[in-house]
Amino acid sequence: MKILVPVKRVASLDDEFELRDDGRDVDPDFCEFDLNEFDEYALEAAVQIKEAAPEGSVEVVVLTIGPDDADDVLRKALAKGADRAIRVDDAGLEEADRVAIARVIAKVAENEEPGLVLCGAQSADQGNAQTGMSVAALLGWTRAAVVSKLDFAPGAATAQVERELEGGLVECLDVETPAVLTIQLGINTPRYASLRSIKQANAKPIECLTPHDVGLSDAEIGAAGALSRVRRVFVPERGRGEIIAGTPSQQAARLLEIISEVNG
Amino acid sequence: MSGILILAEHRRGTLRDATLEAIGAAGTLKAALGGPVTVLVIAADPAPLAKAVSVGAVDEVITVARPDAATYEPHVYEAVLRSVIAQRSPALVLMPHGVDSFSLAPAVAIGEGLGFATDVFGVAVEDGQVVATRAGYNEKVFVEIDFPGRTGVLLTLRGGSFAPETAPASPAVSAIDAGDGTARSKHLDWRDPPATGGIDIPGSPFILSIGRGVGDEANVAQFLELADGLGATLGCSRPIADNGWLPKARQVGQSGQLAAKCNLYIAMGISGSVQHQWGMKHVENIVAINKDPEASIFTIARYGIVGDMLEIAEELRKQKGIH
Repeated sequence: MKILVPVKRVASLDDEFELRDDGRDVDPDFCEFDLNEFDEYALEAAVQIKEAAPEGSVEVVVLTIGPDDADDVLRKALAKGADRAIRVDDAGLEEADRVAIARVIAKVAENEEPGLVLCGAQSADQGNAQTGMSVAALLGWTRAAVVSKLDFAPGAATAQVERELEGGLVECLDVETPAVLTIQLGINTPRYASLRSIKQANAKPIECLTPHDVGLSDAEIGAAGALSRVRRVFVPERGRGEIIAGTPSQQAARLLEIISEVNG
Repeated sequence: MSGILILAEHRRGTLRDATLEAIGAAGTLKAALGGPVTVLVIAADPAPLAKAVSVGAVDEVITVARPDAATYEPHVYEAVLRSVIAQRSPALVLMPHGVDSFSLAPAVAIGEGLGFATDVFGVAVEDGQVVATRAGYNEKVFVEIDFPGRTGVLLTLRGGSFAPETAPASPAVSAIDAGDGTARSKHLDWRDPPATGGIDIPGSPFILSIGRGVGDEANVAQFLELADGLGATLGCSRPIADNGWLPKARQVGQSGQLAAKCNLYIAMGISGSVQHQWGMKHVENIVAINKDPEASIFTIARYGIVGDMLEIAEELRKQKGIH
């Protein structure tokens, strides 16, 4: 059985950043990229299922969509226990929203026929919480979001999961498989990659495909497959409180003053 | 294509406040989009909930009673909601940006070909078209989104962004049968958060909260002493509770506690994710202490200290004589 783990290369912004000339995104020159934190937990969950199953019976496949720079996050995932990596090139996907990206992932899932798709609950940069559950909708598969505990034996007709709700309430449920689950932070402790596994990961091939290669038609790619369009990105006017300057000793003294002022 | 359809969110028999916020948002958009404002209640027994959503600008409540909707089930909800949308063709569909919506909203938007945006905190109508505003890049920019070629739009709304509507109204209430769909997941049990052991985040007027910036588990204990010495309750952000460094009862934020009675909140080494802000951004006096001057917590803080939380803590202990 395969477990497919779609991962995202998320962006964090430098202190000083600029917008792209068309004003519809941040200039990528001002971004630093890394593997989405939520995806680390999804990957770890997949690798733990693999390790609990008989050797060689579960294959963990990671997938990302992006330019060749995005190979970095796939290498990181390979070093943390994924067996195989696929990158779908983002040519023609500039105007894609999360639903259009999910169309690519769903096509790869149709081709790979995994028994489980594990995604991060959301991305740390944009926080849409759309992609994973869109993949499920496009596949017509069972879905559950914000999974904080997962018990699944490969081949079983159901997975037992817990979803974490607002206020720390937990719902325990049985979910029919194959299923797409989105994984919440804290479900496990993602492992660090060893130097040896990093070396091995760097030697592994990454399968590179285009959206057409995976079977998408022009009517599904990029803007054509999107349900939304970014019209404008802007830096909001925001209030800035009083910054307490000085040495740590002076700052602490002022803080103690504030505490006694507020608390009376 | 007219009118606004709101999906009522409820859990264990109680309507969630986010639904009243969606009704509030609909009230401000009704004139520009045209009525009616309709609330859909899907439940095993929708009658008591129908009453709870009869507020503000609501013209109509539709109830769908299904035994398989005794608890939220995304495939059942999807079938019902899509069937109602197909019948009514609303210009706008609203639901809270909550955990239940995560597994529902994309399926409904894709299935019905609706424009779609999530975690939206601003909605405008320009020339009859919906324009939504949300945040991007970890809250550092705002993003305006439109929906070219879409006649209906589905939005999930960020909690706390729209004023809840509570004024009673007398909408028409009609019960209908809608949607086929079968459940593909089965509710087994609820598990309440672990006992708080006397830790009272919701009731505490003064909270000192620590986040990732604390660095190491060995550094945590001194903050219990510091909070105690200052007369504060010690709170934390999610990673600290996930690591097991402090009990979940101390976690402030969407999946933890709401600092409901707090008047002074000192956030040390907390960047200020949306989920954390959900639990504390309403507090009148927020002090942020963080090494990163660009941390989003500074955008909601009344006072800011750009610095090392461990150094500041040491100074506080020294000056207060806390050992």
